[in-house]
Amino acid sequence: MTVAAPLEVVGLAKRFPVGRGLLRRSQVHAVDDVSFALRPGTITALVGESGSGKSTVARLIAHLHDPTAGSVLFDGGDVSRVHRRRDVLRYRSQVQMIFQDPFGSLNPVKTVRHHIERPLRIHGIVPRRQVEERVLELLRTVGLVPAEHLAGKYPHELSGGQRQRVAIARVLAVEPKVVIADEPTSMLDVSIRIGILNLMLRLKEERGIAFLYVTHDLSAARYIADEILVMYAGQIVERGPVEDVLAEPLHPYTRLLLESVPDPANRLVEQPIQQRRGGSAAAVDPPEGCRFAPRCPLAIDVCSRVSPVLVEVGGEQAARCHVTAPPREAVHAGV
Amino acid sequence: MQEQATLLELRQLAVEYGIGERAVRAVDVVDLEIRAAETVGLAGESGCGKSTIANAAMQILRPPARIVGGSVLFQGEDLTTKSREELRRFRWRNVSMVFQSAMNALNPVMRVGDQFVDMMRAHERVSRRHSLAAAGELLELVGIDRSRVRAYPHELSGGMRQRVIIAMALALNPELVILDEPTTALDVVVQREILQQVKELQRELRFAVLFITHDLSLLLEVADRIAIMYAGEIVETASGERLAANPQHPYTQGLLASFPPLRGPLTRLTGIPGSPPDLAAPPSGCRFHPRCPHCRPEQGELYLRQTTERPRLRTTEPGHAVACHLVEAGGPE
Repeated sequence: MTVAAPLEVVGLAKRFPVGRGLLRRSQVHAVDDVSFALRPGTITALVGESGSGKSTVARLIAHLHDPTAGSVLFDGGDVSRVHRRRDVLRYRSQVQMIFQDPFGSLNPVKTVRHHIERPLRIHGIVPRRQVEERVLELLRTVGLVPAEHLAGKYPHELSGGQRQRVAIARVLAVEPKVVIADEPTSMLDVSIRIGILNLMLRLKEERGIAFLYVTHDLSAARYIADEILVMYAGQIVERGPVEDVLAEPLHPYTRLLLESVPDPANRLVEQPIQQRRGGSAAAVDPPEGCRFAPRCPLAIDVCSRVSPVLVEVGGEQAARCHVTAPPREAVHAGV
Repeated sequence: MQEQATLLELRQLAVEYGIGERAVRAVDVVDLEIRAAETVGLAGESGCGKSTIANAAMQILRPPARIVGGSVLFQGEDLTTKSREELRRFRWRNVSMVFQSAMNALNPVMRVGDQFVDMMRAHERVSRRHSLAAAGELLELVGIDRSRVRAYPHELSGGMRQRVIIAMALALNPELVILDEPTTALDVVVQREILQQVKELQRELRFAVLFITHDLSLLLEVADRIAIMYAGEIVETASGERLAANPQHPYTQGLLASFPPLRGPLTRLTGIPGSPPDLAAPPSGCRFHPRCPHCRPEQGELYLRQTTERPRLRTTEPGHAVACHLVEAGGPE
């Protein structure tokens, strides 16, 4: 792929202090060494379990947190070092965010019209006289018709799916290049989720928006994404074209995730009960070694001693695993 | 499979929230039967009445909700006529329930073991020492080290707390366990582990399960029989295999077509247009008709029936029943 990336994340890291203790505070390495690029007209899915750091990545890109290390590059500049209000505002008009809870992100005492007018006015997107026309046009774009009727409604008069569409129309109002969608469908009913996913697909194709789609739903990721990033305990453990990764996952965690998705074709079998360790706790003061090793069926001696790096294995697929994607000494000796 | 005795039977059950003009019928005449040791799945979208059914089966409906018609029979006895004390004994011992956010139902300032002791001693004359030992065994049953009886809830992960609740639900060896979205708040990996454990425990202890969820793809994996609910009524029931292979109600078809496949060819899906109705003012006729792709004015008489007449649940084949005018008229093409 040769299209220039409007947004690139390089070596991003975020640590949060946890627990008490005067001398030695524990730290969660919520995000650790995360790099990827978002391209125009491409949907990149970021998947992982809760606590894997995927939402923290979204918030770092949206400039809601400052990174501990690394940078977010946009239009050539490092956004994470920008703090002047005017510059932050300008960045946010280009990089927009859609949240999980469409009710929480809308003002209950304001009409739909108000929500979409506001960004148009604040960012001076269209001349005043054209605001109303643009509001209706945006509502039609996201499938809220008849637009004239819906513009006058209040959030509580809308269904969950309609509210999420209002949130999307508001995001589109400022004509962003990048949209970060953090679990935009997980609070919606099953039968209306597809509608929101189809809308994102259309916006990607028609407007060339670069999407980062944060989700825990692998089927939905496959349905709309071009690229996939799999996170575990703060790190990207596998990335690549979504069909390649799901057809032939390299990392044992990706495999576990895939096996766990309910699949009607594959009835659940009873399993001997065993105890399990690991999970998001693996990101607290992580020792040297692979963070997935305690849960990994393929773990060998080296896994608990040396931290693996992301290694490309044929084409564009890469994994962070000593066993399935062994590091090539020559390439990574200096890293 | 050998026919088992009926455990729980809902007969013509109707539940309303509120009174008079503003009453909302959350469950509008439902029949459902659960036999010993089987797993029945109840699927539907939010607000379709599936949790209200669970609460009615446990007799834990609180005002303004009340049963306005029909009966809830457990082993032939009508629970709606039982006294408070009789119901207290009945819960946990005969039927227990695990809620979606049950992991937050644990008392945060009490050790896990003590919470088992409280519950068990409220039902049986057992010593503290004996119930603590039992608690340890139950924890081990769900894959948690028995030393954790001394743990406080905050020391356990969400998945472990949910397992503790499941262990507690099994403590008095009930005949029926109701699982209401038991794993919805959990990650898929943890969800799968817990469901596999429940299956294994069910094989050992032979209890029946009523599994309630919005995730039909999950039910197709775990349930022997599935009932699909829409707007307060059951619109289709069949075995899991049959439902997956031959869904007959347009709502079931739409629901199944709302899950993108993880493997195989990928096509653009449509979901179901519109959204579930407001039960305070349900649509006339078939409640699904405003969203139904097979409901068109040019169909004349059929359209009239779809929009004015409520379809009844009819058996189309042994074990498969559907409430749809199209199916009566020879089935959707």
